Amino acid sequence: MTQSATGTEARVRSVGTLRRWLTRPELAAVAGSVLVFAFFDVVAGDSGFLTLGGTASYLEVAAQLGIVAVPVSLLMIAGEFDLSVGSMVGAAGMIIAISVNEYGWPLSVAVLVAFAAALLVGFFNGYLVIWTGLPSFIVTLAMLFALRGLTIGFSRLLTGRTQIGLGDAISGSPLMPLFAGTFGSFSVSIIWWLGLAVLATWVLQRTVFGNWIFAAGGDPNAARNVGVPVNRVKIILFMCTALSAALLATIQVLDAHSADVLRGDLLELQAIAASVIGGVLLTGGYGSVVGALFGALIFGMVQQGIFFIGVSTDWFLVFVGVMLLIAVVFNNIIRKRASEAR
Amino acid sequence: MMTDAAPLMEARGVSKYFGHVVALEDISMQVRAGEVMCLLGDNGAGKSTLIKTFSGVHQPTRGTLLLDGEEVVFRSPREAIDRGIATVYQDLAMIPLSGISRNFFLGREPTKGAGPFKRFDVRKADRITSEELEKIGIELRDTSQPVATLSGGERQSVAIARAVYFGAKVLILDEPTSALGVKQAAIVLRYVAQTREQRLGVIFITHNVHHAYLIGDRFTVLNHGRSMGTFDKGEISMAELEKMMAGGKELDQLSTELEEVSRPE
Repeated sequence: MTQSATGTEARVRSVGTLRRWLTRPELAAVAGSVLVFAFFDVVAGDSGFLTLGGTASYLEVAAQLGIVAVPVSLLMIAGEFDLSVGSMVGAAGMIIAISVNEYGWPLSVAVLVAFAAALLVGFFNGYLVIWTGLPSFIVTLAMLFALRGLTIGFSRLLTGRTQIGLGDAISGSPLMPLFAGTFGSFSVSIIWWLGLAVLATWVLQRTVFGNWIFAAGGDPNAARNVGVPVNRVKIILFMCTALSAALLATIQVLDAHSADVLRGDLLELQAIAASVIGGVLLTGGYGSVVGALFGALIFGMVQQGIFFIGVSTDWFLVFVGVMLLIAVVFNNIIRKRASEAR
Repeated sequence: MMTDAAPLMEARGVSKYFGHVVALEDISMQVRAGEVMCLLGDNGAGKSTLIKTFSGVHQPTRGTLLLDGEEVVFRSPREAIDRGIATVYQDLAMIPLSGISRNFFLGREPTKGAGPFKRFDVRKADRITSEELEKIGIELRDTSQPVATLSGGERQSVAIARAVYFGAKVLILDEPTSALGVKQAAIVLRYVAQTREQRLGVIFITHNVHHAYLIGDRFTVLNHGRSMGTFDKGEISMAELEKMMAGGKELDQLSTELEEVSRPE
């Protein structure tokens, strides 16, 4: 601390660009991405990791996680969890498949119904969290089980199966290039991922709503005292996370031409892990979308990199666990430094 | 110091009961433009209840509030704020890990653009914040740094500057120096003096007589929900204020008791 004794003389504090950069929340995730990339570059460089195909494969894995991790990170900055996104992916996928396969609805209508259902689930999650005052961890954990159960139950009731193949029923749909298309060797899901990340970053950093997101997570009471509609902010973000799950489900169903009630299993925890690696504070009020983007990128590179090395992919989860722990320790140090009186 | 000006804000015979509990009984006090009115009292004297009545959190059971000589009823804190009564609470209503300018404008963000492209005018927020803080002697090159990087006294000053910038006429400060060390308290007291020069009415709540005596023009002492009177600085000493706050007789009795205890057998 530099305190002037006279008080009348002004104190000018310079914040070096370097120091400012070193206190960014996404620093650990960016550095981690570089390290992981360098590691697989050296170890798996000659086995295809660096080829166009290899790059496309890990970017697609990262994109599928990232599409959900982006809104999940916003919700976490606002101080809430959504553990039901994985179950929402399964539910939305089955809604699309059953609508098309059993009822013969056009694909576009089926997708719209899935999106509407997601908005409803998201609103319900948010409303329940606000109304009961319970931690969102509990409320959405309940939703994780209930929604998965409903999906399995209704699928069996209506179709007698838990997996539905769509075959060529959707092949000619104009929605195919939008959700399951490619540009060059790359999946279109990468565009969705990057597009959502840019949009979310803009909202968080450059809009009034973004300021309210930080405030809702940082100190909801203080935010309410100055007139921030904290409840509305949170409910809207719960709707966004559910919506992103429906988007991912659409991409997966159209890409694989099939749906499975178990799709999206563990996705909620991976999205939270990607956000936390990206520097989002578990208790809210701090973090960045760019961090979550790099967090998802790390997941993609590790998962595909291990495959390229030829090591059993069983080891993927070990790597994720270690990575998560290191990143959180590192992020804590950065955050402490960022909030130290200068 | 002001002498004959009409009061900016006035309480006339304000009482507040919570069920059978008498929190305030027949309190009358006023604050004029360009003065610091210190509200003194021990813990539980009714200071918090009184400022919550001023700021619209509570409504008086009996008695009236007057603003510029006109009777007012605040049904919510928002109404009080809209009429220019700004309260800076101890917890400051700031988000520690959020940037200074983001905090300064929280809930009242400047925008530019229209429709879906309407956005938070970060540059304007940064510029105004940096100008306003410069006025109070806090110069920052980077107003996006977290509030947590400021010292306690600076944080308190930023909260006051925010209230002043958004048009406060009456500034109610709830124990602004109580949690601070001497140096940090000095920053706040100096700034409060500066605010007084801008013709605001300041109600300064504290149980620290030393701080109050440094900054106050007049003093109102509360004890057990009742007013012990209002005094000009010229007509009362610090020791007398302190004694009155503790409830004179009780303090006399305590000193007699202590003497007896410490007397050798």
